[in-house]
Amino acid sequence: MTAYLTALHAIVLREALRFIHQRERFVAALVRPLVWLLVFAAGFRAALGLSIIPPYQTYITYETYIVPGLCGMILLFNGMQSSLSLVYDREMGSMKLLLTSPLPRGWLLFCKLLGSTTISILQVYAFLAIAAAFDIKMPGWGYVTALPALLVAGLMLGALGLLLSSFIKQLENFAGVMNFVIFPMFFLSSALYPLWKMAESSELLHDICAVNPFTHAVELIRFALYAELNPGALGWTLMAAAVFATAALIGYDPARARIGRRG
Amino acid sequence: MTGLEARGLSYSYGTKRALDDVSFSVSSGTFCALLGPNGAGKSTLFNLLTRLFVAPDGQITIAGHDLRQSPRAALAQLGIVFQQTTLDMNLTVQQNLSYFAALHGLSGRAARSRIESALDQLDMRERAGEKARTLNGGHRRRTEIARALLHDPSVLLLDEPTVGLDAATRASITDYAHGLADEGKTILWATHLTDEVQPDDDLVILHQAQVLATGKARDIAGDTSLQERFLALTGTGA
Repeated sequence: MTAYLTALHAIVLREALRFIHQRERFVAALVRPLVWLLVFAAGFRAALGLSIIPPYQTYITYETYIVPGLCGMILLFNGMQSSLSLVYDREMGSMKLLLTSPLPRGWLLFCKLLGSTTISILQVYAFLAIAAAFDIKMPGWGYVTALPALLVAGLMLGALGLLLSSFIKQLENFAGVMNFVIFPMFFLSSALYPLWKMAESSELLHDICAVNPFTHAVELIRFALYAELNPGALGWTLMAAAVFATAALIGYDPARARIGRRG
Repeated sequence: MTGLEARGLSYSYGTKRALDDVSFSVSSGTFCALLGPNGAGKSTLFNLLTRLFVAPDGQITIAGHDLRQSPRAALAQLGIVFQQTTLDMNLTVQQNLSYFAALHGLSGRAARSRIESALDQLDMRERAGEKARTLNGGHRRRTEIARALLHDPSVLLLDEPTVGLDAATRASITDYAHGLADEGKTILWATHLTDEVQPDDDLVILHQAQVLATGKARDIAGDTSLQERFLALTGTGA
């Protein structure tokens, strides 16, 4: 067991060191949601009337509404970013180091996932702190109860990144991920608008949003920020995490040989 | 005793045959060169030996452990120097080695003493605190070899480890690997350069996915030079 924990510690530490060495990545990851929060939401609040929906007990500003979605956005972008770095690692050779370790491959990939999710969560809290400084605050306990929700959502999106990295053969193909994964996942979700609003425009789009795992990750975070549990969202997110993680493990199975084909 | 054995390995990428019924064995404490021109299938063979790929047919045994039946025991006995660098350029030599040691379950004092001893062996001790980015090509290769030796494997695989190095560094790394074989390690050294092979080395010549010859380099060369023999066998005359 000690060997497992030693590897876990080293892999998480390496992710953290890598993150520290890429400060611009940290700034970029924060600027994106802050622009949405402070510019887009400010302009949009007048156009969008929000009724009282759970977990909110009263009328809220649009800025307050999109905070959980923007937390999700950070997790989503980071999940994809770590997928990009996995593809890069594979081209460089350090992924081979990981995959030829005598520890079980599933465990090593989980460590990698946990490392990148931890970094994402730190960024979410930095974002929440800046939002609070602009007077967009959540209830005090919400910041604590959000942690497990962020962890589950982060692992689910990280597992999706892992899955994509097992199928993307070259870095150049990564632009497609932006167009076909990140944008649809983000816009076809409850991150920017409540689903009932979407239903008013199109039932089909509403249905797509309702099955999008990112919607459920955002709702899980939204409720958790108000110290409430949304069991449906938790179930969906966990299920999606399990499906993505299993598919990623199959993608990294040596018998399928997607790894290092260029080597 | 056999250090490394491959039996009946075949592998294809779609319709392209990369390895066709490849078999050879390397005795314990022996330096074996795997010689083949570019595209012969050396890298695919390395991917199979390191379990990055799994061959549908054939068997690989590493220090007595079947790679398919007990992959973890086999991988624990295997040190690998890949063609590409595995170092994180932003980390120091020491940090890179600690990371690798942890992937093998080594930490704390045990890891530190192994790292010190591996760096000493490769004359890299004074560079332990330098970032990988600042090292020259030769020192990076030495760090890679130190990394591959950290967990004291009995079998060491090196995939064209001298690519891009100057002649003196190439000679010193080749000599060092031969010394490791004298100390009892089983070495498989993939290369396309005949001057890295010594007459007493075991030799496997791989060409167009097949093993063309196995035996002592001296015997395969016969009364010509190994270079001439190799070019004649592979039909890649200069």
